[in-house]
Amino acid sequence: MSAAAYFDVDGTLVGTNLIPPTLAYLLNQASPLDSARRFGRLLLGTPALVAAEMQDRRLFNEELFSHFRGMSEDRMVVLSAEVYKNVVKPNLLPGAKDLIDQCKRAGMRVVLITGSLDWTMAPLAEYLGADHCISNRLELKDGYCTGKLLRPVVAGPGKATLIVEDARAHGHDLMKCHAYSDSFSDVPMMSVVGHPICIRPDARLRKLAEAYHWATVDISRRTP
Amino acid sequence: MNTEHPCVVTIDHRSRPRVLFSGDQLVEVDLPVGTRVVYPRPTMAPLGDVDAAIRYAISHPYGCEPLYALLRPGMKITIALDDISLPLPKMQTPDIRERVLNIVLPLLADYGVTDIHLIVATCLHRPMSGDEIKRMVGTKTFDRFWPDRLYNHDAEKPGGLTYLGTTDAGEIVEISTRAAESDLIIYVNVNFVPMDGGHKSVAVGLCGYRSLKHHHNPYTIRNSHSYMDPEKSELNHRITRMGQLVNKHKKVFHIETTVNNRIFDKPLEFLAKNEDTLSQTELRAQKTLIRTLQVLPQPARQAIFTRVPSPYGVTGVFAGETEATHKHTIERSYEQYLVPIQGQADILVSGVPYISPYNVGSFLNPLLVACMTQGYIFNLYKGVPLVKKGGTMIVFHPCTDHFDKRHHPTYVEFFHRILTKTRDAVELHKKYEAEYAANPAYIQLYRTGLSYHPAHPFFMWYWGENGRQHVGRVIVVGADNEYIPKILGYETAPTFADALRMAKDTAPPNPSVTCLHMVPMLMAEVTP
Repeated sequence: MSAAAYFDVDGTLVGTNLIPPTLAYLLNQASPLDSARRFGRLLLGTPALVAAEMQDRRLFNEELFSHFRGMSEDRMVVLSAEVYKNVVKPNLLPGAKDLIDQCKRAGMRVVLITGSLDWTMAPLAEYLGADHCISNRLELKDGYCTGKLLRPVVAGPGKATLIVEDARAHGHDLMKCHAYSDSFSDVPMMSVVGHPICIRPDARLRKLAEAYHWATVDISRRTP
Repeated sequence: MNTEHPCVVTIDHRSRPRVLFSGDQLVEVDLPVGTRVVYPRPTMAPLGDVDAAIRYAISHPYGCEPLYALLRPGMKITIALDDISLPLPKMQTPDIRERVLNIVLPLLADYGVTDIHLIVATCLHRPMSGDEIKRMVGTKTFDRFWPDRLYNHDAEKPGGLTYLGTTDAGEIVEISTRAAESDLIIYVNVNFVPMDGGHKSVAVGLCGYRSLKHHHNPYTIRNSHSYMDPEKSELNHRITRMGQLVNKHKKVFHIETTVNNRIFDKPLEFLAKNEDTLSQTELRAQKTLIRTLQVLPQPARQAIFTRVPSPYGVTGVFAGETEATHKHTIERSYEQYLVPIQGQADILVSGVPYISPYNVGSFLNPLLVACMTQGYIFNLYKGVPLVKKGGTMIVFHPCTDHFDKRHHPTYVEFFHRILTKTRDAVELHKKYEAEYAANPAYIQLYRTGLSYHPAHPFFMWYWGENGRQHVGRVIVVGADNEYIPKILGYETAPTFADALRMAKDTAPPNPSVTCLHMVPMLMAEVTP
């Protein structure tokens, strides 16, 4: 395959961001007390999250996933199926699968590239028929999450590097590759491919897309 | 003795400046003495009773049984309709398609036919919006059928096309599955120019990219002289072969209609007239309109010409078998449009208007300017081209770098990224078209938005291919930038006098100049 289509997930293919799946994980701990404790910590950490988001998407991801510290791998595996079923799939945009099917019909390799966790993304990638998923992975020690993300962290400009490496590894011509996103923070990853395409762009991305004539695709409804 | 047709006026010392379109502006052009100006023919009288003509046509068809005799209870029927790429601008309601449907649908009901789908035969054109379809078919039909049984053709729907066969020349023929599975296809056509209708209706309107690329390519257009003259059009020959194959498999009943050239209602009628014959009132109106357009913003200018529907009159209704019917349609069409002209010109002058079949409801973008110039305007001939081989076209248009976001998002990349690499239509066809036409994002825009298919911008460039092969130079007057004409391969001139001086550099001494005075539509029947 000479080309790949790289899809951001949160906000692009799924109508939510990282917060709802994270909340679903935190609020479904083994005991209500543990859930309340983790939720309380998240609330207290909100200013830090906001500050991180304003500074850098990568910092935000690292700050957010630090709240997973101490969760067991077993529990994460069990919860991920529920999070996918109850949070991710219901928010999948109606035309997302149609667009991915169209990419596959065009002979493209479909890659999801997302700041979400690999556990949550695996069933989504399978449902969508994606060939590969580049996602964040939590560090584990003795079967428990340390709250740190394994390198490379998938966020912001780092996504661009990951796309370049993936394309090189699979022999794709980057100029023929497509990158889809909703967020201005993904401009680096959109800029390394020949075909940047917006889906539900935020205000800053919309402005940029208009200036550079990047196409905007609507997947808010199924194709007839 | 002047033997020219009355629609051909020769400029002399007393002649007034001619008023030509430059996009949605009007410009006064002082043409040199001796220039022949070709005006549209007088408007043909419309039919007195259109509904009666429709009833008569479907009951007395050419080359097949009357429509009622083809009907039986329980049969499956697809009614395909021309989209609103014609007539231009939109016609006053009731649209002729509505009138035809208002007669055909009750007839089908009388014969117990209930399995009916109405498909707007958009091919790779942009889908029409619900409101546009409602206006075209009328509220009654819209409310009854939309959206489950009245919809746009989707040439990219998985399983939406059915392969019917391959012609002897290797052309793959596939059409809408619904139409292919129907017992009868009824096609309701509006014939605006002679390239419309006939086999093009079903074999093109309801097909997909795999079929379309057999004739929408540079080689076919190069061999079409012109595509408004079906007998000398390779485009028409290929489509005819494919249409004949459709007819071998499917029963197709055509209802074709022609309209006159009454594009402007009373207040703007003077735009179609010889400037030397205008009354003082009309002259004042002309001056006022020119000045008003100069100060109005672009959307308001376009609205003046496109928001007001045209009072077209229906001049003919013909029905029956494809070729037998279409012969009469073409005759009536030529009757309205053809102006006989003797001799080709060294220099052809024309305005490029604000409208084309591909920008209904949107702006005429730079690619469509090229499609109009070396495509439609150049091809408005029968016989030999209006301009000599290697001659010059002088056209008026601002060539503004603007593309409509809803209708033409697929054009932008083609124009700014691909056309800047090469203008060679064959190279574009071989190297870029297939990949671009399969772009998933653009196909999504075509299927779920109001966008033209990604193959369409390529076709728009090919549409001018015979003009590009024939015309030596194109000089644009009034361009608001230099780079768009440069991408198109055009030269620019600030004024018509400058353009004429430039054109004379490569023309023989005392060059002959012909000016095509459109809009309204006209065609030249040129004898060498």
